[in-house]
Amino acid sequence: MKRQVAIYGKGGIGKSTTTQNTVAALAESGKHVMVVGCDPKADSTRLLLHGLCQKTVLDTLRDEGDDIELDKILKPGFKNTMCVESGGPEPGVGCAGRGIITSINLLESLGAYTDDLDYVFYDVLGDVVCGGFAMPIREGKAEEIYIVASGELMALYAANNIAKGIKKYADNGKVRLGGIICNSRKVDNERPLLEAFAEELGSQLIYFVPRDNLVQRAEIHKKTVIDFDPTSGQANEYRNLAKAIDENKLFVIPKPMKQERLEELMMQHGFLDAM
Amino acid sequence: MHKEVKTMLECVPEGSVVHTTGKINPAKTCQPIGAMYAALGIHGCLPHSHGSQGCCAYHRMHLSRHFRDPVLASSSCFTEGASVFGGAANLKTSIKNVFAIYNPEIMAVHTTCLSETIGDDLPNIIKTAEIPEGKVVIHVNTPSYQGSHITGFSGMVKAMVSYLAQAEGAEKKNQLNVIPGFVNPGDMREIRRIVGLLGVKMIMFPDTSDVLDSPLTSKYEMYPKGGATIAEIRDSANSSATLALGAWASNDATDLLQEKFGVTGIPLKLPIGLKATDDFIMAVKDWFGIDVPASLATERGQVVDTLIDTHFHYQGKKVAIFGDPDHVIALTEFVITMGMIPKYILTGTPGKQFDIEIQKLLSGAGIEGSKVKAEGDLLELQQWIRAEPVDLILGTTYGKYIARAEDIPLVRVGFPILDRAVHPLMPVVGYRGCLRLIEQISNALLDRRDRDCLDEDYELVL
Repeated sequence: MKRQVAIYGKGGIGKSTTTQNTVAALAESGKHVMVVGCDPKADSTRLLLHGLCQKTVLDTLRDEGDDIELDKILKPGFKNTMCVESGGPEPGVGCAGRGIITSINLLESLGAYTDDLDYVFYDVLGDVVCGGFAMPIREGKAEEIYIVASGELMALYAANNIAKGIKKYADNGKVRLGGIICNSRKVDNERPLLEAFAEELGSQLIYFVPRDNLVQRAEIHKKTVIDFDPTSGQANEYRNLAKAIDENKLFVIPKPMKQERLEELMMQHGFLDAM
Repeated sequence: MHKEVKTMLECVPEGSVVHTTGKINPAKTCQPIGAMYAALGIHGCLPHSHGSQGCCAYHRMHLSRHFRDPVLASSSCFTEGASVFGGAANLKTSIKNVFAIYNPEIMAVHTTCLSETIGDDLPNIIKTAEIPEGKVVIHVNTPSYQGSHITGFSGMVKAMVSYLAQAEGAEKKNQLNVIPGFVNPGDMREIRRIVGLLGVKMIMFPDTSDVLDSPLTSKYEMYPKGGATIAEIRDSANSSATLALGAWASNDATDLLQEKFGVTGIPLKLPIGLKATDDFIMAVKDWFGIDVPASLATERGQVVDTLIDTHFHYQGKKVAIFGDPDHVIALTEFVITMGMIPKYILTGTPGKQFDIEIQKLLSGAGIEGSKVKAEGDLLELQQWIRAEPVDLILGTTYGKYIARAEDIPLVRVGFPILDRAVHPLMPVVGYRGCLRLIEQISNALLDRRDRDCLDEDYELVL
């Protein structure tokens, strides 16, 4: 039974980097993984493919019509991870949410979800801002979600908002929150704050990824850290994150909090301690 | 100075016009129309359009114009608010109101472009709606920017299986499922009659006979007596086989029955024409090991006799055929049987298999130089005809503009036919359907001959 995992989080928080490094670690440990990039920017598989060499599903659809062959849009990347980018319209036009619905439907009808996959990862843009961005967590799709966050208020605010979206689907379906991944910004008291935040949601801080410039260097070389410098400490951090996800048992319906409570939490754990 | 006025159709450009992004005079209509029509083939069903009111009004009107019978359906009545916040609240309220006010047995929801673009998650909304005990809500996603009305029909029939069908055990009953495809109530009635003559117990769904061809009585019935009942559709999982009549409209549901419940699927053409009707009857005969009654043999013999009596009316004539893929494929086979030459064969519905199926028929008959196209439009068909004319057009009402501009007789067959009546009650399937098609084709060509011939060639006997 393959596990389908969706990664959400505020824009710029490091979802794609975290996802690809985690996927690289899983692939390294022998898992067969497909990554579905659900971001119109189409940069969710760049590190696995060593560059933006992927033609997106929607571009292919636009140029060649409905009759698409699977191998046109599904490319093998690092350690045979299967990579696909939904793509979407140019900024400011069209409907990116519908784009995600279209491309996931297409992947399904083309038979991309093969039985030999251990994992499918959806890397989803920013918030669950419309019905389309919730497509990966509809029935029969991803059943576990991880939210990437950091100790900054806006990241937590977005994470809390995403938790609201998840709750909506979780109440009637099988989708569950698997945990919060902290992609550290070196904010004061970040770890205790994130732990408290996750606990308040009824979930867990599944892993704390420390900040390391090696990640940027690897990105410039269009590689994941696992690929770029496999013996580094940071590579091990991602391996540990992958292990934590692989062994995770705690899946919950999140309890999103009110804005006041969120700010209170912030004062308690973030600033107060630091003052 | 008198200036010569050209009609729009006379302005159709010569030579091919490349238009890849849009369609000019499409040979199809939108998905919800098919979904709504299929839903009407369930007994006591109210189709529900999840979108703005205009969609629903158009779909009902289009069906009413073809069938000349009332078509009832409800709508989620989207407003600006629904398109921002999603249509969940509207659908939940609709479900509550519809059961409270109109009390159908079942609501069959189809979506619209707007709700699809918003991304409403229908299964989830339906799961959390208040549905009265014993009532059912099913759904299908029908964005009109994909496929055609045939895709929508197919999707709704599949939804009937996925929501309703339930196996009682591994043991299969000695009964047959028939999925009739997007055909008229008169056709469904004829299919029922033929299977009845073969003496086989049948579950046919959808079945719009006695719904959209119901008699005028003094009493208004919101839900006419026809339609497959929910219990019948549920029981379809226990049948030993399913006949899928027409791949585009019927294969998906048939495949699901096979996959989920092990009901053997038998793919067939729509039983239009001599060979396709033979295949249909032989499939039932072979599966159940029954004998074909003499009455059906007589009907077949009458068709063969008529073909011999009339062949010189149409032998060797070139014909353009357009419409829905399942109809067009079966009609192509039949005109070949009649000795005609299918010159242009076009459908508006997408699907690679269309070309493959038609080419098989053409090469089997040794016919060369025909043009075949799926996902085409009627401008293209007209340009083909203008470049090299045909003697006859077989298609829907939308062909009448080409027929007039190019001065070619049109025999109306398929959906929609909006400018002639009675056709929904008259079958084109089965042997009787063969006779009707032969008569129509023959008459159209003879009328043309009578109109055009010189006085000295104007014959009493033809």
